Amino acid sequence: MTIDILSWVFLVSGGLLGVIGGIGIHRFPDFYSRLHAAGTTDTLCAIFILLGLGLQAGLSLEAFKLFLIFVFLFFTSPTASHALANAAMHGGLKPKLDESNSEAKL
Amino acid sequence: MKALSFAVLLFIFWILLSGHFTPLLLCLGVASVALTVFIATRMKVIDHESYPIHISLKLPAFFVYIMREIVKANIDVIKRILKSGGKTISPQLVEIPVPQKTDLGRVMYANSITLTPGTVSVELDEDKVMVHALTKEGADDLLSGDMAKAIPDEVANK
Repeated sequence: MTIDILSWVFLVSGGLLGVIGGIGIHRFPDFYSRLHAAGTTDTLCAIFILLGLGLQAGLSLEAFKLFLIFVFLFFTSPTASHALANAAMHGGLKPKLDESNSEAKL
Repeated sequence: MKALSFAVLLFIFWILLSGHFTPLLLCLGVASVALTVFIATRMKVIDHESYPIHISLKLPAFFVYIMREIVKANIDVIKRILKSGGKTISPQLVEIPVPQKTDLGRVMYANSITLTPGTVSVELDEDKVMVHALTKEGADDLLSGDMAKAIPDEVANK
């Protein structure tokens, strides 16, 4: 019973974080800052949902497979974000910077 | 020696993925592991970098650190998404020095930067990485070099 409640708390907050990430993608002004909003869905949202599912699965082979999904996400999602940002930079897309205190010149 | 431990790990992995314990399937599993190890040794891909077993003891501590950073950064970014009106973000493009000497260490650092929301590594060079940060605070945090220090020495300098 407590495990069920805990698992639902994780699942619902994970889903909520996904929605918030989506809102962020719409609210932020340019490509690069939107990438950061997508980053929240990449990490904490995925972790919460996988944790919730793992609590449902209990100590079983399924839980191990969920853990593997988590590990792969952990390695691949930053690589994908980096590839996107890198491609945008090489494509000549200039980020909107906060001029008042930016340090690097493009 | 490395090939042997690689084979044992692969077989444990096979059992956990399949969940079958009948003799025939176990034999097939052993056969497929043997074939994989044979091909991998012939290709000479089981080396220091692709099979970094020497760092596995240091990884849990790093994992705990990076999880804490991820949660902290997530809360910050979520707050900035939900805060309405006014300027909530101050995007920065900064160059962060990369002290790691090995490729694996550099990749681990750049990946950790990207993994924490609010900072994305855009371009990785020999000794520096260009980072797009959502806020000035995020950029300053990275410039302080705390995350670079968290990468285990065994990875960074061999």
